[in-house]
Amino acid sequence: METRVSSPAKEVIIGDGQPTVLIGERINPAGKKKLAEALKAGNLEIVCREALAQAQAGADILDVSVGTFGVDEVTLLPQVVQAVMDTVDIPLCLDSANPEALEAALKVYKGKPLINSVTGEGHSLAKVLPLVKEYGAVVIGLVQDEEGIPKDSERRVAIAHKIVQRAEAAGIAREDIIIDCLASAVGADTSSGLAVIEAIRKIKAELGVNLTLGASNVSFGLPDRDLLNNAFVVMAVVAGVTCLIVDVAKVRPIILAADLVLASDKRARRYIEAYRQHHKQ
Amino acid sequence: MAGDLVSTLADLKEKEALGIVQDRLSAGDDPLSILDDARRALEIVGKRFADSEYFIPDLVYSGEILKGITDMVKPKLAKAAEVKRLGKVVMGTVAGDIHDIGKDIVVFMLDVSGYEVYDLGVDVPAQKFVEKIKESGAPIVGLSGFLALAFDSMKETVEAIKAAGLRDKVKVMIGGGQMSEEIRKYTGADAYGKDAMAGVTLAQKWVGAK
Repeated sequence: METRVSSPAKEVIIGDGQPTVLIGERINPAGKKKLAEALKAGNLEIVCREALAQAQAGADILDVSVGTFGVDEVTLLPQVVQAVMDTVDIPLCLDSANPEALEAALKVYKGKPLINSVTGEGHSLAKVLPLVKEYGAVVIGLVQDEEGIPKDSERRVAIAHKIVQRAEAAGIAREDIIIDCLASAVGADTSSGLAVIEAIRKIKAELGVNLTLGASNVSFGLPDRDLLNNAFVVMAVVAGVTCLIVDVAKVRPIILAADLVLASDKRARRYIEAYRQHHKQ
Repeated sequence: MAGDLVSTLADLKEKEALGIVQDRLSAGDDPLSILDDARRALEIVGKRFADSEYFIPDLVYSGEILKGITDMVKPKLAKAAEVKRLGKVVMGTVAGDIHDIGKDIVVFMLDVSGYEVYDLGVDVPAQKFVEKIKESGAPIVGLSGFLALAFDSMKETVEAIKAAGLRDKVKVMIGGGQMSEEIRKYTGADAYGKDAMAGVTLAQKWVGAK
């Protein structure tokens, strides 16, 4: 299954046998005080700097979120999306829990974007899916519903089925749906990482869709977070994840290595190229 | 002779700690003094967590060992000899938000610091907070949340407490990943705590302990 996302200049293909697509997570004010302050003041300089830095670090797509206290997302998200489009030429992932903000951003976006996200909750499905259809976007479906984020793999799989069913009923092709199995913190529940990996395997086998993961949450509250994140993303890719929402500068080296081992990097072009770049500096 | 329960439990040596408890019970030691040592040990665990020496799995494990100890001690405990508590706190993650880790850590820290905590769980409607405050008479309320939508839920919860005529009977603290003094003002809460220890400090201030 191939999912295509695009900007005017570039098309990114997400799918099996392709290198793992990396979606840069850093344009997001949650937990970033400076960025949050700048956004509130309407200052988009940090955003543009982050966009450029992530693209240079090898991001294939950039996630763009402006959700923070004191910000009108409906006004700001399209502005920031425009600023990022003017700065880099890679496709974007429009990120908001507010469907109106998503629609405002979809109106200014040029190309076929990712939408982050729809959940298995009735109100979210009802509002977000028609937008995805109308604007011809690709949607990320989070496996959570009215009861929250599942602890086990079975309910994750069940919610994925529900999202795919509802999306297809709304006229969205299966390749335009990407499921996020939602990583939970293994520090709080040491069996939760395995549940996520199992869910990825089952959803891949049963639905054949592309899968993503916002992976950094796995290491919350633990020391040596990068170490855990690296172990987790590799296992996720082996289990069937085809794109990742991550801090690209940190995660790209391990993913290039994993892609090479998993035969997604023919003649090791990407792996060796990254090595050469690294040693030129 | 039995080793030191406080340091053994604080170092998370489960087998040794349970062994010490068994020895002390067999020797006819006062069950209440055992529980008091256990509480002091968990206070040390909490401090080590605040100092980034311990991590979330250490907290979870210390709680499990404590449960093992209380299960052993409880049958020997006279009904009347309940452990004295500093005060009551109603805690929960506000409506629409399902993040539990931060809230659980605050519940843990308050509990080991001697508070009786009513943990309402996650995605708690404002009315449920109000009912629990009425029922328990707790003078302290802790609202937890991580998502941006938690700001409005917190505000609505504080307003519901006000509408129920309870606003001057309770102190409300908020906490969570994105919380700040600015959001504290928006919600109408009395204080914002940046981490679990800050929550304990606020509770101590409000009940006049220490």
